[in-house]
Amino acid sequence: MKKPPLLVVDDLSVAFTQRSGAPFGFGRRSLAAVNHVTLELRAGEALGIVGESGSGKSTLGRAILGLERASGGAVTFDGARISDGARADMDRLRRETAMVFQDPYGALNPRMTAAQAIAEVLIVHRKLPAADIPARVDELLTLVGLRPELGARRPAQLSGGQCQRVGVARALAVDPRLIIADECVAALDVSIQGQIINLFMELRARMDLALIFIAHDLAIVRRLCDRVAVMYLGRIVEEGPTEEVFRAPRHPYTAALISAIPEIDPDTALDPHLLAGDPPSPMRLPEGCPFHPRCPQAQPVCQSGPPPAEHRSPGRRWSCILDPENTTKNPTEVLTHATQ
Amino acid sequence: MTAPVLSVQGLSVETRDGVRLVDDLSFDLAPGEILGLVGESGSGKTVACRALMRLLPEPALRIAGGRVALLGQDLVPLPEARMRDVRGGQIGMIFQNPTAHLDPVMRIGDQIAEAVRLHENTTRSDARARAVEALRQVGIPDPEARAGSYAHEFSGGMRQRAMIAVALACNPKVLIADEPTTALDVTVQAQILRLLMDLRDRQGVSIILITHDLGVVAQTCDSIAVLYAGRLCERGPKRDVLGAPSHHYTAGLIRCQPTSAGGEGLLDTIPGQPPSMGAMPGGCRFHPRCAAATVACKGDQPDQAARGPGHVAACHNPLTSARRKVGA
Repeated sequence: MKKPPLLVVDDLSVAFTQRSGAPFGFGRRSLAAVNHVTLELRAGEALGIVGESGSGKSTLGRAILGLERASGGAVTFDGARISDGARADMDRLRRETAMVFQDPYGALNPRMTAAQAIAEVLIVHRKLPAADIPARVDELLTLVGLRPELGARRPAQLSGGQCQRVGVARALAVDPRLIIADECVAALDVSIQGQIINLFMELRARMDLALIFIAHDLAIVRRLCDRVAVMYLGRIVEEGPTEEVFRAPRHPYTAALISAIPEIDPDTALDPHLLAGDPPSPMRLPEGCPFHPRCPQAQPVCQSGPPPAEHRSPGRRWSCILDPENTTKNPTEVLTHATQ
Repeated sequence: MTAPVLSVQGLSVETRDGVRLVDDLSFDLAPGEILGLVGESGSGKTVACRALMRLLPEPALRIAGGRVALLGQDLVPLPEARMRDVRGGQIGMIFQNPTAHLDPVMRIGDQIAEAVRLHENTTRSDARARAVEALRQVGIPDPEARAGSYAHEFSGGMRQRAMIAVALACNPKVLIADEPTTALDVTVQAQILRLLMDLRDRQGVSIILITHDLGVVAQTCDSIAVLYAGRLCERGPKRDVLGAPSHHYTAGLIRCQPTSAGGEGLLDTIPGQPPSMGAMPGGCRFHPRCAAATVACKGDQPDQAARGPGHVAACHNPLTSARRKVGA
C-alpha cells in the first residue's frame, strides 16, 4: 500500500495586488503569482519545481510554508489543514518543516556565530534542554560536513559553501520532515554545488526527508529529484517522474526548457530552434493557453478561451491541447519540425 | 596562421599588499575567435579582464607586469586619454548585470549614439541611425521605436541585447563579455549565446567570454583557458581541453558538472575550498585539493608545458587519458 501523502497542495492560489497610485485603490491590479496549483508529496520524496523567472516557483514554495498568504485553495500537511488553520497547526508546521534560501550570506545574521545561529533554532522551538544544546549543535555541524570548531566563526569568516551548509544545518535542527530549498545552490561554484546536492541526497536517504527543490538548473533537478513539476506563469504545465519527463516531455514548454540547457559535450551543438521571446509578464496573462505566444506548435484554438485542461496518464499530467497520441512520441521532434 | 588581435604576455595584477590576484597570464586571441575564460569565483578571471581594459580600481589593484598587445600595440603603458579611445572603440565590454550598466534616465538609442559620437566624428543624425542599426543587429524588434525606450521598459534579455548593441556600435575588434548570461533564464541565455556567435560570424569580432559554466563554453567557444587562484591551469582548443583535459583541476570541473543526460548517485565534487587571496599555497596552487599531488607539487610551481597543438597545461603529473566523450 502506498503511504498517504505528507503534503497536499490543493488548488492553491497566491495573488499580489499592485497599487496604481490612484486614490481609494482605484486602478489596483491583481497579479496571480500562483494560479490554482495542485501537488502531492510523500515522505522521502524529492520534487523539483522548475521554470523561468517570474513563473511563481519561489512564491509557491513560500506559500506552502505559510510565508505568503494564499488567496485561495488549501495546504494540508500530515493531515492538518494549515493554510487557514489554527495557530497550533501552524506551530506544528514550523516545527516540522524548514526552508533553505538562495543567498547563503543573506539568510544568516552577520553578528551571530554559526553555532549561535543553529542554537537559536533549537531554543526557539524548545527542542532540547539548554544543557544539551552545545552537543546537538556540534552534531548538526558534523552532519552537514563542517568541523565543529567552525561553529565559532561568523558568516563573514566562512565561505559561501560553508554558509550554505550552516543554512542546511539550521533547517535540520528542527528534525524536519519536509525541507523546501529555494535555488539553494545557484549562488555557489560548480565544485561546491555538488557538495551541497550530495548532502541533500545523503540526508534524504538517511532521514526519510521530503524535499521540494526549487531550481532553474534542470541538470541538477534530474539528478536529485524523483518527480519534477514545470511551472509557467503561475501554473503547473507538466508534472511527472523526472526521468520520463526528461526523456519524453509532453508539453512544448518543457521540451523547450530541456533543449535550452547548454550541454558540456562540444559535439552537441546548441539547439538552433530556440524558444523565441521572453517570459511574458504575469500582470498581463495572455488569453487561452498562456504559453501560446511563444509556442512553436500553437493552433488557432490555443489563442482564446480558457487555459487548456489537464491531460493525465499514470503518474503524469500536462496542460496542452496537443494530443500526444496524434503527435510523435517526443515533442522535441515536433518542435523542430514546426520551426523549420 | 594569422596574427592575433590581442596578445597577452605574462600579465600580473597585484594588490597594494603585494598579493598576486593574477599571476603570469598569457594567451592569444585570433581574429573571430571566441575564447572561454573559465574559473570559480575568486579565480581572477574578472580581474584579468579589467586589467586588459585598464579598468582596475587603482591604487588598490595594479598591473605588476606583462604586456597586453592589441593589434601589436602594448596597452599597459598607454596614457589614460589614449586608453579612453581604445575602450569602447576597439575593445567593447558587456557585463553580467545590464541594469546596472545602462543609464536609467537616458533613452537606449541615445546611449548608443553617445558611444558612437565619443569615438567617431559623426553627425548627430548619423549616430542616431547607427544606434537604430545596432539595435537591429542584436535582434531587437522594431528598433526605430525601441531606440526611444528607457532601460526599465526592456526585459532582462532585451537589456542584455541593448548592452551588446552599445558595445558593438563602434565595431570593436574585441568584445569582452563578463558572465553575460548568468543572470538570465536558460531559454534567454540560449538566445544571447546564439546572438554572440552570429555577431562573430557576421562581423568577425573576437570575443573573450568569461563564465563559470562549462556547458556555455562547450556550446559557444573555440578555445578555453582555465584559471585557478589567479594562475592559468590549462589552455587549448575546446575539444582538446574538454575531451582530454591534462590538468587535474580541469578534469575535476568537468566531472562536477551535472549533465542533463542524467546519471545516478552522488555527484563528483572537488574536495575543499579554493584558497583565499591572502593565503595562497606554495607550489601548484591546486595541490591541497588535488588527488594526484606529490611532493614536487607542494614545492615547485609547475611551468606551462605543451600538451598538443595550441594546448598547454601547468601540471607536474598531467593526465594522459585517451580522449573520451564528454558528458558521458
